[in-house]
Amino acid sequence: MKRILLTLTATVAGLISLLSFKTSQPQTTAGPLPSAGLPAGATGSATSSATSPATGSPNQHATSYLGSAVTTTYGVVRVKITVSGKRITNVAFATLTAFDPHSQQINSAAAPRLLSETLAAQSAHIDTVSGASYTSAGYVKTLQSALDAAGI
Amino acid sequence: MSGQAVPRSPSAVPVRHVEHCMGTVFSFDVRSPGVDRTGLTRAVAWLHEVDATYSPFRADSTVGRVRAGTLPVRHVPDAVARVLERGAELNALTDGYFSAYFDGELDPSGYVKGWAIEVASDILAAAGSLNHCVNGGGDVQCVGEAAPGRPWRVGISDPFDASRLIDTIEGSGRLAVATSGVAERGSHIADPHTRQAPVGLSSVTVAGSDLALVDAVATAAFAMGSAGPQWLARHASMTSVVTQTDGHIVRAGSARGHAPGRAAVTRA
Repeated sequence: MKRILLTLTATVAGLISLLSFKTSQPQTTAGPLPSAGLPAGATGSATSSATSPATGSPNQHATSYLGSAVTTTYGVVRVKITVSGKRITNVAFATLTAFDPHSQQINSAAAPRLLSETLAAQSAHIDTVSGASYTSAGYVKTLQSALDAAGI
Repeated sequence: MSGQAVPRSPSAVPVRHVEHCMGTVFSFDVRSPGVDRTGLTRAVAWLHEVDATYSPFRADSTVGRVRAGTLPVRHVPDAVARVLERGAELNALTDGYFSAYFDGELDPSGYVKGWAIEVASDILAAAGSLNHCVNGGGDVQCVGEAAPGRPWRVGISDPFDASRLIDTIEGSGRLAVATSGVAERGSHIADPHTRQAPVGLSSVTVAGSDLALVDAVATAAFAMGSAGPQWLARHASMTSVVTQTDGHIVRAGSARGHAPGRAAVTRA
């Protein structure tokens, strides 16, 4: 179970890095940033200016985005999401390179869970989540992180 | 902050930002008309400044130096002294259950995070943002509304399954929601009277208008354990949702409706 969560952590981190429109640097989950300000490209700090294509017709074009490759203990993961309007309609792994068969199994199990959690957070029509405090590393497992990732 | 005519920067845009600070993550969600980059940068820099001053884990912070005995508490800078005074006021307000001291050592962390989020929200407002939400590790300050005519909706995490929600609190104008519970890093709240970990409750959520206050109230109620819900019920102006360790949910002060600045609880 712990391994699944770790893998999920990396995949959600990939999703976040994807939505920050940074495609050059592989990212891993990060500890606290030591410095103030908004260092461009700093690991674990993701900013995205909101594009607003959703004000047009209700029939939005579905667009796919490819995330950064994230190296985890169990393999290299790259997430692809499909966005229609401002909603994520699908989450898939574009790259899933497992280091061994067991990791492959773990990664495969993480895929549907990542999808359902991301979509569940959207369908609840909530803007944010209040809950007991989480650590910097644990953030990627929270619904809030899915909301942040989906908030494009 | 409201009521002031703030000249809006032509470069203001809605923005999402995720910042790692104080060992947790701060999520900024600035909706239309947005804020310019300078405003967001100032709010983020403020969080790091608070961490550098108040972290009990940093030997070079003001609080760290007081804890180490190298800085007498009476010599701390005025800004820090005001925070400690506010901690003392909240201690009195909560029958001693909220404290800026832990195990006899200065540790205002329980107050500082909620206060830092509230001030970060004020910084965004001063920079021209009319509608935004700042979430720091599960404690939330919202201003304005999520979209024209739609209040902010804050989901309350299920303490037994973080991927689920037990309730939703709605509000517009100025809405703050804080939750205390058994945190991921383990229990960090003790009953200051017995020095034992509180029993009976899994999480306490309190909603109001100002995060620093509702955060302290949620922490105090959690520290009271089984007596927490009764104490919360006496503070009728605040909306609260308490999950007991047996899974039972106790709600109090729920102001159903959508009046600006009031919080409404709905079942998830």
